[in-house]
Amino acid sequence: MFERLGNWIREGQIWGSVFRHGVPRDRRTRAMAVLSNVFLHLHPVAVRKSGIRLSFTWCMGGITFFLFLVEIVTGVLLMFYYRPTVEYAYFDIQGLRAHVTLGLLRELHRWGAHAMIISIWLHMLRVFLTGSYKPPREFNWAVGVILLVLTMLLSFTGYLLPWDQLAMWAITVGSNMARATPVVGYEGPGAACIQIGGVPLVHAGDDARFGLLAGTFVGPNALLRFYVLHCVFIPCVVTVLLAVHFWRIRKDGGISGPL
Amino acid sequence: MTQFLASGSGMDGIKHIINVLCEPHWFLILSCVALAVFMVGYRTFTKPPIAAALAGVSTLFFIASCLDPNFFSIVSKGDNVPIVMMMVTLAFVLWIAFRQAAINDERMEKGEPLLEAGADDKVLVWPDLVYIELICLVLLTAFLVVWAIFLRAPLEQPADPNVAPNPAKAPWYFLGLQEMLVYFDPWLAGVVLPGLIVVGLIAVPYLDKNPRGNGYYTFKQRPFAIGTFMFGFGILWIVLIIFGTFLRGPNWNFFGPYEFWDHNKPAALLNVEFHDLFWIQMLGRPLPTEDVAFIPAYIIREIAGIAVLGVYFIAGPIILRAVFFRKLYVQMGFIRFSVMAMLFLVMMLMPIKMALRWTLNLHYIVGITEWFLNV
Repeated sequence: MFERLGNWIREGQIWGSVFRHGVPRDRRTRAMAVLSNVFLHLHPVAVRKSGIRLSFTWCMGGITFFLFLVEIVTGVLLMFYYRPTVEYAYFDIQGLRAHVTLGLLRELHRWGAHAMIISIWLHMLRVFLTGSYKPPREFNWAVGVILLVLTMLLSFTGYLLPWDQLAMWAITVGSNMARATPVVGYEGPGAACIQIGGVPLVHAGDDARFGLLAGTFVGPNALLRFYVLHCVFIPCVVTVLLAVHFWRIRKDGGISGPL
Repeated sequence: MTQFLASGSGMDGIKHIINVLCEPHWFLILSCVALAVFMVGYRTFTKPPIAAALAGVSTLFFIASCLDPNFFSIVSKGDNVPIVMMMVTLAFVLWIAFRQAAINDERMEKGEPLLEAGADDKVLVWPDLVYIELICLVLLTAFLVVWAIFLRAPLEQPADPNVAPNPAKAPWYFLGLQEMLVYFDPWLAGVVLPGLIVVGLIAVPYLDKNPRGNGYYTFKQRPFAIGTFMFGFGILWIVLIIFGTFLRGPNWNFFGPYEFWDHNKPAALLNVEFHDLFWIQMLGRPLPTEDVAFIPAYIIREIAGIAVLGVYFIAGPIILRAVFFRKLYVQMGFIRFSVMAMLFLVMMLMPIKMALRWTLNLHYIVGITEWFLNV
């Protein structure tokens, strides 16, 4: 009964228009299933048997990517409830907790972010310990390091958005570092050398930290700036680099293994 | 023994000993020793019964520690829970990695094929890999949902620029950098050193010319690469995060894991500058305050520190090459070796500065405060 219904669906025009191949039951159709799917074709058709063992990869790269998707989905949903202004931000988060049905969004988003940081570190550890950064994968390792930095920046910019004491002071501590950037931070070495006629050009109102926060302290401008970086700019860059990262895995010979 | 454990004072004694052992200098030395012992004896320690025993003892220790209110209050803080999870996961994956390295190294000695051998042994992505991914996805979703149900995301009082919390901490993954602030000025701890970490990581594949150990677990074939990475990641990153999260309290003072975060704990001793040690204590002269010809006074004042750093970065690579890395130098060539040695010496600046602080209370090696150029 169900089998006949299944066959009827799979033989119909709608199913056939979506999936251009037969049911993946033999070698050819299984290869087609991967080849003709835009998402699955991130993978090659066949992979090394030892390469996909969990004890080899720990699935850490995949977990990181999956957590990135979780962050996008929960993040977009959170954007429906959140306004990045000093007067609303905190109370929107509070309201989210109190009034929204299935108000687990923020928990999923926050714990997913922490988990993503951990999984990306462990992914790097795995790649290092298996020597998978060695030729021909040097460039992809570099892309991975940039992705790791961007992941931490994503988490850092998101940390401010709840606009509670924890958020604001953590970002204050973190962004104070930018003050000490050599040459372009006003408390950094070399900044005093940049002056015209005794008037310093690098001061609290135009240095690296000011550029980051759009102010001399973590205020409304910083909140907006971090919101845009967190929701638009960094995710876009990460998405592009992820495409490069995945593409290069395939181009560099797939999952690493003994040569 | 039972009487000793049952009596409160006995327990307090043990807690006190652990508190003392967790002080930064002991904790760092002990973790370095632990890492070294693990690296040397990785074939023994990763044997399943021994690894399981170690895991059991640590778990029991952790559970027993959670009975202490001070320990529990810091471990159960929302944002600290992931760190505990990370430590558990890290221990587990390190076991997985070094267990396979031990097996591979043993097999290679006997001339047997590797665990990862069989390059032609291919399987189809559909269904083999897709199923693994699907199962991972389902389990991870379930794990996240359970985690989200049982642990609420922290939300403190609304932001108030006039009320600074004490201690004010950066997000936990940056706490290693914040801990570095104890030993270095922000321009190094917050900007230059993190930048060099990123540059150094990117440089790794271009510096490591060892052709062996590509695509399989091994330790024997690349002890220096793995040892350095484990030191940098395990000690200088993870251990410093543990310091920053669990052991640093009000005024960034150190607190043992079973110690109450007392805001009135006396601050650390005053620090000594290297120029004071050099001019006043060694030469018995006051600090130079006058320019000589075109050389400003602060350069003369800091001349000893500049010399020390110069010797460190110039003689360091030469000594490293002559004493430890003769073969490696031939393999890498001059430029690669120089870059590697520089990055290595910058990394080692951190433990050296920590040791100097603990032994001599040294504040700055070079302290040109006039330029914010302090090392």
